[in-house]
Amino acid sequence: MTKTNELILAIETSCDETSVAVIRGGREILSNIISSQIETHELFGGVVPEIASRKHVESITLIAEQAIAEAGVTLRDLSAIAVTQGPGLVGALLVGVVAAKSLAMALDLPLIAVHHIAGHIYANQLVHEIKYPCLALVVSGGHTELVALEREGSFRMIGRTRDDAVGEAYDKVARALHLPYPGGPHIDRLAVEAADETDLPRAWLEPDSYDFSFSGLKSAVLSVINQAKMRGQQLDEPALARGFQASVIDVLVTKALRAVRAEGAKQLLLCGGVAANRGLRAALAARCEAEGIPLLVPPLSLCTDNAAMIGAAAHLKFKHGEFTTLNMKAEPVLSLEEWSIGRGGHS
Amino acid sequence: MIEAGQAVWMAASEQDTVVLAELLASWAMPGAVLALDGDLGAGKTRFSQAFAGAIGVKGIVNSPTFTIIKEYEGRVLPLYHMDVYRLSLPEADELGLDEYFYGAGVTIVEWASLIEELLPPERLQIYIEHLGGEARRIAVKGIGAPYAQWCQQLGAKGASRL
Repeated sequence: MTKTNELILAIETSCDETSVAVIRGGREILSNIISSQIETHELFGGVVPEIASRKHVESITLIAEQAIAEAGVTLRDLSAIAVTQGPGLVGALLVGVVAAKSLAMALDLPLIAVHHIAGHIYANQLVHEIKYPCLALVVSGGHTELVALEREGSFRMIGRTRDDAVGEAYDKVARALHLPYPGGPHIDRLAVEAADETDLPRAWLEPDSYDFSFSGLKSAVLSVINQAKMRGQQLDEPALARGFQASVIDVLVTKALRAVRAEGAKQLLLCGGVAANRGLRAALAARCEAEGIPLLVPPLSLCTDNAAMIGAAAHLKFKHGEFTTLNMKAEPVLSLEEWSIGRGGHS
Repeated sequence: MIEAGQAVWMAASEQDTVVLAELLASWAMPGAVLALDGDLGAGKTRFSQAFAGAIGVKGIVNSPTFTIIKEYEGRVLPLYHMDVYRLSLPEADELGLDEYFYGAGVTIVEWASLIEELLPPERLQIYIEHLGGEARRIAVKGIGAPYAQWCQQLGAKGASRL
């Protein structure tokens, strides 16, 4: 395998977070600045950067400067500029794409378009040695996907949610229980503390399907809440949280392990923001250990959206010289499979 | 004065809800805006999925709650599927939603009442009410000539007119 030691400046603005990182050789994080980590109150007068693209515009230059400064490099040292092309909010993506193009043009550097989910998967490369074939379970606010990787940079989507992503399901149930947003951590905490567990259904779909569905579970939770209300009973919220979490985890773990066996995967990679969920991590770790499958999970800071993971994925394209042109456009809907190494990569 | 019309669609089953979505989809034109409301779990996303299928969107249409907007290429028309629950009014304002509302496709906005001031004056308002099990009461209000016409046509298809 060719070893490269290139310096990639990576930009991620697909959703809420504005992030810029400098990555050496696809593995070493020289800096990884995320908007929420900065003293935003001082910088932005109390406004925390969020969805609106204007917030990305306000912070991108500042964050890029900080990423360069913290990495201890100069713009002249860089080998390539990478940016999340999609999927995401088009207005948000656009800010990163325009910034990346401007830098690539001004510095006369190659430009690399990165798929956001490839970034989540390759966040693992920053801390672990990935062995192929492997299977990735991507769970976040907007994604619930099972991806098979036969070799480095080759992606095959074998399962995805048909309705709510796991993170969405957590947020919606949290909303019904009047817990704050984002709901995941609160439900996770309640579930850990609960004495009982409300019995809730599991959506297995067709026997051979790796797809997920969480809207039926959401309805079941709402129906328990409504019934308690109608009967004037006190709702056992922790038990309900635990029952909900148990259903989600049961389906995720069972399908992921079934896919690992079917694909002959050597490792299971857990990635995305919901990887922070303690219940999910514990259940996956236990099942993986029982079946002798190594489970790779990035540290929490690399599970949520960040630019370091974009740099890690960009490294694959850099190694193969798969660069894009300045005509590249932000794509709110982007196929992960088509982003695979060797499938062109030119947009 | 803007023309308006109303209709109530009683759905005994999920299939009845799908029929409504398919009817509306068959009448949809570029720039059509469907403002969708109803409690959590009422079936807003299910309605949107049926609508998407009817205008020829292939593949999975899942919830846009987290990403706010998902765009699809339908065989008949593009679909812009939004969920504005997470947005405040100023945030929604900054997103430039008019680009979608007056664009080449159909826009479905879930939790639309949260951004009522930003919606185009002419639109179809849909309120889905959960009646237990798969039963839903779906109140439809058309504001503007084409949408008022849709409500009339719904009446002919068995909806009760108000």
